[in-house]
Amino acid sequence: MAARDSVLTPTAPQGAGTGHAHFGRLLLAEWTKIRSVRSTYWSLIALVIAFLFFSWLFPYLTVVNWKQASPTQQANLYLDPIGSITGSGLFIGQLAVAVLGVMVTASEYSTGMIRSTLLASPHRVRMLAAKSIVFTLLILVIGEVIAFVGFFIGRQTFKSLVTVNLNSANVREVFGVGLYLAMLGLFALVVGALLRHVAGAITGIVALLLVISNLIQLIPGRIGKYLYTYEPTNAGFVITAKRLPDNFLISSWQGYGVFALWTAVLWALAAYLLVRRDA
Amino acid sequence: MIEVRDLVKRYGDTTAVDHLSFTVEPGRITGFLGPNGAGKSTTMRLILGLDRPSSGSALIDGLAYRDLRDPLRYVGALLEARAVHGGRSAFNHLLYLAQTQGVPKRRVSEVLELVGLSGVAKKRTKGFSLGMGQRLGIAAALLGDPKILILDEPVNGLDPEGVLWIRQLLKALAGEGRTIFVSSHLMNEMAVTADHLIVIGRGKLQADMPVGQFIAQFSDTAVLVRTPQGQALRAAAGERGWTVADTDLDGALIVTGSTAPEIGELAAARGLVLHELTPQRASLEEAYMELTRETGEFAHRPAPGPAPAWGGADGRA
Repeated sequence: MAARDSVLTPTAPQGAGTGHAHFGRLLLAEWTKIRSVRSTYWSLIALVIAFLFFSWLFPYLTVVNWKQASPTQQANLYLDPIGSITGSGLFIGQLAVAVLGVMVTASEYSTGMIRSTLLASPHRVRMLAAKSIVFTLLILVIGEVIAFVGFFIGRQTFKSLVTVNLNSANVREVFGVGLYLAMLGLFALVVGALLRHVAGAITGIVALLLVISNLIQLIPGRIGKYLYTYEPTNAGFVITAKRLPDNFLISSWQGYGVFALWTAVLWALAAYLLVRRDA
Repeated sequence: MIEVRDLVKRYGDTTAVDHLSFTVEPGRITGFLGPNGAGKSTTMRLILGLDRPSSGSALIDGLAYRDLRDPLRYVGALLEARAVHGGRSAFNHLLYLAQTQGVPKRRVSEVLELVGLSGVAKKRTKGFSLGMGQRLGIAAALLGDPKILILDEPVNGLDPEGVLWIRQLLKALAGEGRTIFVSSHLMNEMAVTADHLIVIGRGKLQADMPVGQFIAQFSDTAVLVRTPQGQALRAAAGERGWTVADTDLDGALIVTGSTAPEIGELAAARGLVLHELTPQRASLEEAYMELTRETGEFAHRPAPGPAPAWGGADGRA
């Protein structure tokens, strides 16, 4: 062990005084954190492959089985071709985004990394904000790229049956894939920050996405419609759909607004608890 | 300088830190001692802003930790608990920390070199041994070239070479005028490292003084006596209220509660022959055990049997 007499070096001048560190530094640092663990790559590879594969598979099966399809199924394709392309890939891909969102925050607690993080960034809300922005933008960019690539794959596959062109009326459905995934990622990140437990947060959010969001519509009457409409992931998902579900009470953009509001309220709660709780 | 003022931390009914006040001065190594559960780690976490105090304050040069701009350039900390994501490489872990502080990237390589981890910089830290993890934590603490270092059990898991390295490093840093606050459960390590001691038990301050004064104040003076008239000496010492214990040395006795001159005068007055009369230097370990015997969270009775070996190389008066 070559012990040096001093650790004084010219490259790290001592800082002094008070005030905030540059927010830009926190963004760069959180980006380093996200890109330097394998779970990020595995989750994003799973998202991209699953989404693009299903964007091809569902249209392909539809074309192959077209003759056996019922008139209702055939009518559905003409009514909502984009939903047929993106729907199944989104259903699978959203799970990868939810898992990664949870990992980004909850794994800090399971590994103890949160202590290093908060020593470096004692203004906890600024740290949470930086983390949220970096992760949401990452998912938004990847989500939009796969949305449009997947759309063109599906469009080519469908060519013999139907011509799907983007226009001002339906571009929202494609663009909505990235919007939905980005908001879902942020929602999962917040759930991870609230629960501070990877397995618990993943279980909770998967249960919400796959079970609760559907079971809720079995509640009879107007209450059931309200609960179904305002359940966060249901509300957000309609941004990707041409037609609203039968029992849906608000418009696509209003639904996305409800999802965003849920996320904002939980984010504020997570920020409050982050400051209050011991690390 | 670190100033802890009337600091209290409660967890439900348990008071981990109980109205603690002390100051850690620059330019010397301040050892932070206490039995398990005494509140050392909690106190350090309160100073570092990781936990919120129930009342009181902990200030660093007059500021709360959270009010320091680029805190890692001001205070370097090594926590006892693991604070690294095992899936991230050592280099990227330090790069993250450097970027939050505006510390240049080449400084990351410098501190990895300094702690001897350059060869495993790109390896994920989940494969690191306890000692390597400790070295990475020290690299993180030194990253911002801080004027204050707060280290919780830094030699934990290090091999003897690493222990020596830490000792020399801390002394060099203190010599540069930095403030070094270091906890340890290894009393002998503190005896050769620390200049000043802060001792706590059950969250309360027990002692705050230089190492030499601590030993003088809290250790019984002991004298090794060799005499062919052991029974008579025992009886005479017993009359004075001194304690006499056998040693595993051939026929030698240890007398505590007295001094060598007093024993010599007593022997002369009674006409007892002495073959040896040697004052023993108490070690920090013994002084510490004496102080914390009553206050330790897991206080236990000393094991019966012959008295422990006294004095020795680790003794320091």
